[in-house]
Amino acid sequence: MAEPVIQVEDLSFSYGDALVLEQVTLSIESGEFVGLVGPNAGGKSTLLKLVLGLLRPQVGRIRVLGQSPRRAVRRIGYVPQFPSFPRDFPISVEQVVLMGRLGMGRLLGRYDTSDRAAATGALREVEALDLAKRPIGALSGGQLQRVLLARALASEPEILILDEPTANVDQRAETDVFGLLAELNRRLTILLVSHDIAFISEYVSRVACLNRTLACHRTLEIDGDTVQQLYGGHVRQVAHGH
Amino acid sequence: MSEFLAALGEYGFLQSALIAGLLASVGCGVIGTFVVVKRIAFMAGGIAHSVLGGMGAALYFGLDPFAGALAAAIASALLIGTVRLAWKTQEDTMIGALWAIGMAVGVLFIAKTPGYASDLMSFLFGNILLVPTEELWLMAGLDLLLVAAVTLFYRQFLAISFDEELARLRGVPVAFFYLLLLCLVAITVVLLIQVVGLILVIALLTLPAAIAGHYVHSLGAMMLIATLLGALFTSLGLALSFGPDLPAGPTMILLAGGVYVCSAFSSQMIVRHRARRRAKAA
Repeated sequence: MAEPVIQVEDLSFSYGDALVLEQVTLSIESGEFVGLVGPNAGGKSTLLKLVLGLLRPQVGRIRVLGQSPRRAVRRIGYVPQFPSFPRDFPISVEQVVLMGRLGMGRLLGRYDTSDRAAATGALREVEALDLAKRPIGALSGGQLQRVLLARALASEPEILILDEPTANVDQRAETDVFGLLAELNRRLTILLVSHDIAFISEYVSRVACLNRTLACHRTLEIDGDTVQQLYGGHVRQVAHGH
Repeated sequence: MSEFLAALGEYGFLQSALIAGLLASVGCGVIGTFVVVKRIAFMAGGIAHSVLGGMGAALYFGLDPFAGALAAAIASALLIGTVRLAWKTQEDTMIGALWAIGMAVGVLFIAKTPGYASDLMSFLFGNILLVPTEELWLMAGLDLLLVAAVTLFYRQFLAISFDEELARLRGVPVAFFYLLLLCLVAITVVLLIQVVGLILVIALLTLPAAIAGHYVHSLGAMMLIATLLGALFTSLGLALSFGPDLPAGPTMILLAGGVYVCSAFSSQMIVRHRARRRAKAA
């Protein structure tokens, strides 16, 4: 059997006195679409930062594509929850997407033709090619989300990691994004963070529930008890027939 | 104005002054753009003021003040940059401290240097009419260095200015390029100090790029327009100050400041006008 693309073993992490992750073990196989859900401050973002190599594990071990996270990070496409840049920065969509190509190809000078081709391809894939020349500040929330996805795809990643990709977009754009992700899942392993367990459960193959400790469920197994265990007693399940 | 043009043909020092202004505007356009978009004007101010320490020390020990300024600027850029990378919370306090310490050191050295102290005023407010010819070559060399560094590492500088997190995830050595960018800012500050002095440097470093930013939406265009505006402000400031015998540095800065204020207002008006027109059309 092939090695898992993301393997987390007995991982614990704390900020000062606050234990955020406790004995977390998670293994994601190639081609999976895993939803990582849990309440706010449940450790989702911390786990992502560890997988991306932005934080180092204090206890436990992480391997990504058989490498340490820091080495593997260039093979991951990452879509952040909030854009980590000022919206009024004088830059075009095309330039933003090209930035996904950093760390590949040559060190000096400008982007080359293969970089430009990859950026154009990524924009086409998310159906945002018409936005290429627009300044980044002129985009709507949904358009920006597509552009950030294109930036992640431009690096031709093997894994796609998304942090609440639909937090700032409307319902319709949300459905579009998930349709697109289902399409991308044919060639990419996807790890998606969301606080909305109900919505993602119809798209993903497996749900990992994280609230300091982690529990995994096949999508079909999720019921009221699971939700209650994860979020405490304050969530009522709403029946939603789609 | 015609008086200035006639004198320009006649006096070598005026030609040198004009060239110094043009050379400085390259740095002000290229690096000033990064200072504006990365919002590190306060940091650049700290670097500029700490330069007085290096100038004063160089003067006291009988060395070239230009070399002292360059050394002090690079040293304080690296210090401020390292502090920011290591403990982010103390950044502004640290800059403020370095700002004042540098000036205090400079004033003490200058006070203890034998001879008259008119140099202090020209350090603080610049004296473009006294730029010696050999220093023009040095300025041209530094310009070349700035343009070469930005051309070679344009993608990396753009990435760390726009989105540090992404740059880090793509394997760009963020700390290295951040410190390199601050060193380029330090070099630019020293270039501009020749023209307008260290107190007024911040204005010439930021205003042309900020004005350009009102109208264009790419870094390259901002750099080009800011360089042209820098050239306009220094040349026109020099010309306007010549007839009535005004200090050149402050004249240039008032010119740049006036244009900036007008531009900020009118670009706001344009935005509102467009929005209103669009709303009416709907």
